[in-house]
Amino acid sequence: MNRLEVKHLKKYYTSQKAVDDISFTLAPGSIFGLLGPNGAGKTTLIRMITGILFPDEGEIIFDGQPFNPDKDVAYIGYMPEEKGLYKKMKIGDQAIYLAQLKGLSKSEALERVKHWFIKFEMQSWWNKKVEDLSKGMQQKLQFVTTVLNDPKLIILDEPFSGLDPVNSNLIKDEINNLAKQGSSIIFSTHRMEQVEEICDHIILVNKGQKILDGSVTAVKHQFKENIFSIGLEHNPENISTPAFEVINSKGHQLILKINEGYKPNDVLLYFLQQQAAINSFHEILPSLSDIFIKLVEGTPLTRQFQTTQNA
Amino acid sequence: MNKILLVIQREYLVRVKKKSFLFTTIGVPIIIIAFYAIMIAIGASGGHEKHRIAVIDEARLLSNGMEKAKSDASEYVFIDNQPADSLKVNYKKLGYDYFLYIPPVDISQEKVSNIQLYSNSPVAVSQKGRIEKAINNAIELRRLQSANLSREQYSAIRSDVSIDNITGKEQKKGVAMVATIVSFACGLLIYMIMLIYGTMVMRGVMEEKISRIAEVMVSSVKPFQLMMGKIIGIGAVGLTQFAIWIILIALIGLILPFPSIDPSAIAQAGQAGMEENVSKFDTVLLGLKTLPWGMILFCFIFYFIGGYLLYASMFAAIGSVVSEDQNEAQSMIFPVMMPIVLGFVIMTKAISEPGSPLVVFGSIFPLTSPVVMVGRIMYDVPISQLIFSMVSLVLSILFFAWLTAKIYRTGILLYGKKVTWKEMMRWAIRKS
Repeated sequence: MNRLEVKHLKKYYTSQKAVDDISFTLAPGSIFGLLGPNGAGKTTLIRMITGILFPDEGEIIFDGQPFNPDKDVAYIGYMPEEKGLYKKMKIGDQAIYLAQLKGLSKSEALERVKHWFIKFEMQSWWNKKVEDLSKGMQQKLQFVTTVLNDPKLIILDEPFSGLDPVNSNLIKDEINNLAKQGSSIIFSTHRMEQVEEICDHIILVNKGQKILDGSVTAVKHQFKENIFSIGLEHNPENISTPAFEVINSKGHQLILKINEGYKPNDVLLYFLQQQAAINSFHEILPSLSDIFIKLVEGTPLTRQFQTTQNA
Repeated sequence: MNKILLVIQREYLVRVKKKSFLFTTIGVPIIIIAFYAIMIAIGASGGHEKHRIAVIDEARLLSNGMEKAKSDASEYVFIDNQPADSLKVNYKKLGYDYFLYIPPVDISQEKVSNIQLYSNSPVAVSQKGRIEKAINNAIELRRLQSANLSREQYSAIRSDVSIDNITGKEQKKGVAMVATIVSFACGLLIYMIMLIYGTMVMRGVMEEKISRIAEVMVSSVKPFQLMMGKIIGIGAVGLTQFAIWIILIALIGLILPFPSIDPSAIAQAGQAGMEENVSKFDTVLLGLKTLPWGMILFCFIFYFIGGYLLYASMFAAIGSVVSEDQNEAQSMIFPVMMPIVLGFVIMTKAISEPGSPLVVFGSIFPLTSPVVMVGRIMYDVPISQLIFSMVSLVLSILFFAWLTAKIYRTGILLYGKKVTWKEMMRWAIRKS
């Protein structure tokens, strides 16, 4: 059973179609990257999944049941992009308050908060106020308050902004831990290298529509351009073959693009015939960043063109 | 439902636990009372100004000595050996503050004019009044003499009447003045409550929006719960402050021995003819005791809560649409403040003319009724009007809560955008 199923979700505002027919599914324990340029409709999509906004059309299935915000928000943890806490409230009290609002009893809340504060070495913060914390510390606290209720679905919007590498890793490990324990995680960010590192599945949203959906490796294979890297003992003097072209060379490393109709084996065959000593040979897959730019860059132009035609 | 209680609890405790809470609850009233005490003291000490005043009295009005007003501490020096014209120039050099010149005047005329007071800077109105009083006395005395009347005869002729207002079936006396003061105080209190606690709600909402916790909160609680929790929590803080004040006043009442009035004296004093035995102070106490306190208290609490709820939801909506900019809040708040201020103006009229059509309208119209009705309640409001006023207030509270909740829900999640009134109206009338 899927943790979350989103079916043909739509949300139109007067000025734009914020979310225009988006569907996807999310399995338990998976880490799901929600990508898209600014203004693509990610926040609106997330707000519908967290029950803050009601969709105009479409349905959301949570744990096999139609999504019921009143009841189901207790199983969701949401860390929005615009993060914040009550500045003048004591940190311990604040964490307990937020946990209680998720439906935990006072004693349960206290126990969970203590557990997490010990885990993240935050015990000494208990009686401090949020305004006394640095931005990174606030971020850490915000993460803790998001996962306090042991949510089945965790939505993190730019969770690493403002964090140093040590604390980033701490939270990264925790995200992986939570996924292993069965929580599903939706992770929204513009930092593609983090997506490649953490996510197993991504969707790319642009102009309110889903333009890409798949596992990270599948997506990369989908956009591969048959580019390979080969390492040689000595560079051959002249390379001329219909099988591939050298597009870059760096020392004894050559970057090749295999031409249509040929296979990687043809490359190896060519160099073997040339009596070249091969050290390494591997495929270079495009980075998510490249794919993102490639997919998103073209669209605004196409859109503008279409509107002009209609007008 | 449980969540709204949690929100109320937090909003309440966070404010009551603050160190400044005790100060604002106990300290501020003391400061206000002290402030008024000082103002009254300054006002009362006005007569102690001493001036040296040179007088040339060519009309011989004051030659038989002056009847100075009691509060007049100035020294009058009569000068015979100098011409008025030189003194007009020199009085300052000769050590006088003012120069009073009374030319020969005909006191048989109804209006005596041409008397002049020379000074460097304008003379205080009170000082001028005291001099005028002294000259008036002198002229009066002359006129009496020419009519062959003595001072005593004149005093016997003069009349100084004061009318006693007997209200209601029990012929309560002395109520009118006390009722005016109590009405005004109650109206003023409600007016201040709506402004102070209303803006407190607004600042609370703005804090949530500016600190960016709003989105985290609405992913756990419904925006309506968050808004109502805040309104009720802050309202409870207000009630707590009132409770503290009432307890403090009761304690002071126990410690300080107030002259007690024995009930039989009130009964007797209620009958005409006994008023000489009752001093002014007793009349006030009597008036206080004969007011319909049960009714006043009930209405006060009803309109306090009602008025607060009505305006708090509007202030919350305003708070939800303004972003960081404080000035923006100021301009948005203005249309909400206007009916409150209007209510206050009508309330002051209610005290002088409790039955006028404007006052009746103001006491029923829900946006002004909390202030106006409380100011009017002392003056026998027809029960039908009272019920009508209360029902329309309750209905408006529900209507505005419904309307503002929709504005609040959208506004609280909107960042960095200036919201216009038109947009707010569109959110308000949009179906949910």
